[in-house]
Amino acid sequence: MNYSEKVMEHFNNPRNVGEIVDADGVGIVGNKKCGDIMKMYLKIRNNVIEDAKFKTFGCGAAIATSSMATELIKGKKISEALKITNKTVMEALDGLPPVKVHCSCLAEQAVHAALFDYAQKNNLEIKGLKVPKDTKEENCCAEEDGNNCSCSN
Amino acid sequence: MNEKEIIYFDNAATTRLDDEVLKEMLPYLKDYYGNPSSIYKLAQKNKNAIERARQDIADIFNCRASEIYFTSGGTESDNWAIKSIAEAYKSKGKHIITSEIEHHAVLNSCKYLESQGFRVSYLKVDKNGLIDENELKKNICDDTILVSIMFANNEIGTIQDIKKLAEIAHEKNILFHTDTVQAVGYIKIDLKDLGVDAMSISAHKFYGPKGIGALYLNKKIKVLSYLHGGAQEFSKRAGTENVAGIVGMAKALELAYNNLEKNNLYVKDLRDKIIDGVLNNISHVKLNGDREKRLANNINFSFEFIEGESLLLMLDAKNIFASSGSACTSGSLDPSHVLLAIGLPHELAHGSLRITLGKHNTQKEIDYFLNVLPDIVKKLRDMSPLYEEYLSKK
Repeated sequence: MNYSEKVMEHFNNPRNVGEIVDADGVGIVGNKKCGDIMKMYLKIRNNVIEDAKFKTFGCGAAIATSSMATELIKGKKISEALKITNKTVMEALDGLPPVKVHCSCLAEQAVHAALFDYAQKNNLEIKGLKVPKDTKEENCCAEEDGNNCSCSN
Repeated sequence: MNEKEIIYFDNAATTRLDDEVLKEMLPYLKDYYGNPSSIYKLAQKNKNAIERARQDIADIFNCRASEIYFTSGGTESDNWAIKSIAEAYKSKGKHIITSEIEHHAVLNSCKYLESQGFRVSYLKVDKNGLIDENELKKNICDDTILVSIMFANNEIGTIQDIKKLAEIAHEKNILFHTDTVQAVGYIKIDLKDLGVDAMSISAHKFYGPKGIGALYLNKKIKVLSYLHGGAQEFSKRAGTENVAGIVGMAKALELAYNNLEKNNLYVKDLRDKIIDGVLNNISHVKLNGDREKRLANNINFSFEFIEGESLLLMLDAKNIFASSGSACTSGSLDPSHVLLAIGLPHELAHGSLRITLGKHNTQKEIDYFLNVLPDIVKKLRDMSPLYEEYLSKK
């Protein structure tokens, strides 16, 4: 696989792997059938993401995008974190091979799903946050073309 | 293990060219450059080399030299055999039988024929990848003209009883093709005994060069031209011959056959050490394919809770080169069709690792691999939400 050095660096030394036991929001996206699942844990205080951790079952790109997404959202306000898209994650990793674009989509979705969980638990409405897309098996494996995430729209 | 050393565990993908084979080929790449179809001495030397190679190969497989056609490799041989038999015999019928676990060269040739009005039955296999002869019998129709079943599977190494399957086809006057790309080099093939009508081989799987293969077509069957042009290959496959490749393939085959028992014993011992070592030391691992009816060099595991590409990348970082049936490595969204055909759930197919050994592998390499693998699997499992889920349920 023709991965950038950044992708390989994050794959070999992933940041923020693990669980947050008392997480304020937890999101899980993807499924076994497609071969990638991301679980994102967030610790949130005063609308700021204080900590983020992940667990990922998936390919090199899935692990690297999870790692990069957690790095990008840590310390950010929720409103700022929501601006981080799959493209932001990809650019931060110096790009992904076309067949791996969907991994960056999953990373974006995982962040959104965890924030949605936080909002629901706290009865909040977060502007710009959509209900997470159902990534159960029958809905999965949508093929993304180019840099677009057909799965997240 | 020295950092710079590499451990090549992907011999089903291709093999390292033998020094002896290269030596045999070099003059034909350099000094003997004449076109074999020309009449002067420089050319005739090449023509003779081709025909000598053809005879040597025919002697090894116990067939006639005129039944061996040189091709560019396994894929071309499969395409030629299947499409030209279908075309030549379509007045007799338009039904073909193959299996779900064939190489894509066979499967996609069959898919093409379906688009041309042929019907194709894809035989199911059991959990180890074996074809039941009754399944073949059941699928034979009045208009079946061809059965194509691979000798040994490239992913899980399962070896079929081709002689028996060919007999069943012949009882109904149906032609039989077999793809022996993975088998040659590990299994002695005597065509008089095996009884197939067509057989595909590829040189780079047995330490020969890439870009050269052969198709055996029994004299009794109608052979249609595959490439139209000059009179090469009995006017059936036009184009100036790959002389160095042909000479190299004949040499590689000779070496493979002369050392077959010795190499088999050696590789099988290493194979069993890996299988036992992994099954005994890592939990939640499954060996895919049949334990006994299996190529001496093939190992295929599924590791629960982890994904194959990640595993390959971590092995790559240790200079260990292997392959996987995960979707991420297949270039499509689905994992290996072979692993799905033997009934593996998707997540186990995604978590597969194929190791295919060769005569150059050593005990030291096996020890090193068995030493580093448990930590890699652990690292990926510690990262996996599936493993976390499993532990929480336990």
